[in-house]
Amino acid sequence: MLIKKPEQIRSHEITDKKIYLNRRNFMRGAALLATTVATGALYRGLNEPPQPTPRGEKLGNVQPPTVAVRSTNEKLTSFQDITSYNNFYEFSTDKGAVARKSKGFVTRPWTVTVEGLVNRPRTYDLDDLLKIAPVEERIYRLRCVEGWSMVIPWAGFPLKALLEQAEPQGAAQYVAFETLFDPKRMPNQTSGVLDWPYVEGLRLDEALHPLTILATGLYGEALPPQDGAPVRLVVPWKYGFKSIKSVVNIRLVAKLPPTTWNIQAPGEYGFYSNVNPQVPHPRWSQARERRIGEYGMRDTLLFNGYAEEVASLYAGMDLKVNF
Amino acid sequence: MKPEDARFVKAIIFVNSLVPIALLAWDAARNNLGANPLEYVTRTTGMLTLIFLVLSLIVTPLRKMTGWNWLGMNRRVLGLYAFFYGALHFLTYIWFDRLFNLRSAAGDVVQRPFIAIGFASFLIMIPLAVTSTNKMVKRLGGKRWNRLHKTVYAAAILGATHYWMLVKSDIRLPVTFALVLALLLGYRIFAANRTTKTEPRQMILPR
Repeated sequence: MLIKKPEQIRSHEITDKKIYLNRRNFMRGAALLATTVATGALYRGLNEPPQPTPRGEKLGNVQPPTVAVRSTNEKLTSFQDITSYNNFYEFSTDKGAVARKSKGFVTRPWTVTVEGLVNRPRTYDLDDLLKIAPVEERIYRLRCVEGWSMVIPWAGFPLKALLEQAEPQGAAQYVAFETLFDPKRMPNQTSGVLDWPYVEGLRLDEALHPLTILATGLYGEALPPQDGAPVRLVVPWKYGFKSIKSVVNIRLVAKLPPTTWNIQAPGEYGFYSNVNPQVPHPRWSQARERRIGEYGMRDTLLFNGYAEEVASLYAGMDLKVNF
Repeated sequence: MKPEDARFVKAIIFVNSLVPIALLAWDAARNNLGANPLEYVTRTTGMLTLIFLVLSLIVTPLRKMTGWNWLGMNRRVLGLYAFFYGALHFLTYIWFDRLFNLRSAAGDVVQRPFIAIGFASFLIMIPLAVTSTNKMVKRLGGKRWNRLHKTVYAAAILGATHYWMLVKSDIRLPVTFALVLALLLGYRIFAANRTTKTEPRQMILPR
């Protein structure tokens, strides 16, 4: 084998010390810049800033409310905040990521089946569902169990209208609701963070209460996916998680139905989950809340401020036991 | 590695550790912290505290396993950044969340145990930050200093517990932190048992 002798480096070929040092500085500068950019990209990747939500399809003919809902003079939460800060674990457990992850969620065709202890069970197509009653605007406070709240102009119709059409039988005491289960469309359903599908329930009298609505829109537009498209329950005097999203099944039953968060942590989330500043969550107080868009905290109101309308539903009940 | 190169690596780490606070400040200035800015800042600074605690704890095992002794000088800067982000996290809570209402904060500590645990973790970090200078190492003596700074594990475990206790159901991230901490602590216990049998432990002075 032939091994070449390295050629002698002639003195005039040796890099000048100044140039060598400059190159060294240049390399260092490049290393500093590259790592800084990489760290910045990592931070951004893990902590994506919110994107502006595109406006949705306008709902035709939204009526003023049919029941006298004491109108609130509280400032509405902005459309942007309502649509970029969402608890919807079917898409992500990161409230800021739900909008991004639910983009393009297909809600047509969509059917809602009403069954169980009813005389007239039926599977409704979304368009039929919208014909049940005129869609009205209901401005409700929404209080999340985590301690924040919003004021949301929903568009929807009383759940009562749908239930009456189905004619509940005498034995029906409760209403059980179910969210769509389709991991292809709701990607986080492949994770085990909750028992899927998400299920919720109300006592029949709560379900028939005029404040309880099925919402199909907000701000006069079709419900965006992150807010529970195409149709969701809204029960304004209960913590937000009771207001189940993207509903596909409504069943009237005789016995108290299982509910997702109660299955998850029975000691922390009861069946009723009425907003109540006097009953703390085992791990945090519920006495105060932060209204999204404000910096300070405000007092949380019993039944989220709807005591006048709903307190009679719970007359004689110990709300600390039936939390 | 040449000492000047090691110092340059330290400079890179120092500058990179400032990137999150720079971007957070940039987002805050542009009002781009989402619907609940306080929650965003609190969550981000809390996460950064845990990340820097873990990074500072990785230094020594990594140094021992690779034999790259120059890594040792980065432990202090990473630990101080953990304290820095922890202090920001605490200030965000006490200043914005409680608007410096100390009585309400005290009530909160009682009602929300995870806050008490997070506060304990922060308290543990204070003497560690104070005794981080070379002067203090000399004053305390290597052995005592070492013993005091072992409590960083308590701070990290309490920090991870604090995080675990506040999530509702998605515990994947806090569990990851806990597992990494268990691994690091396990390694230290394993290594300590081995070295006491064979050779006297030596202390690397931070530079």
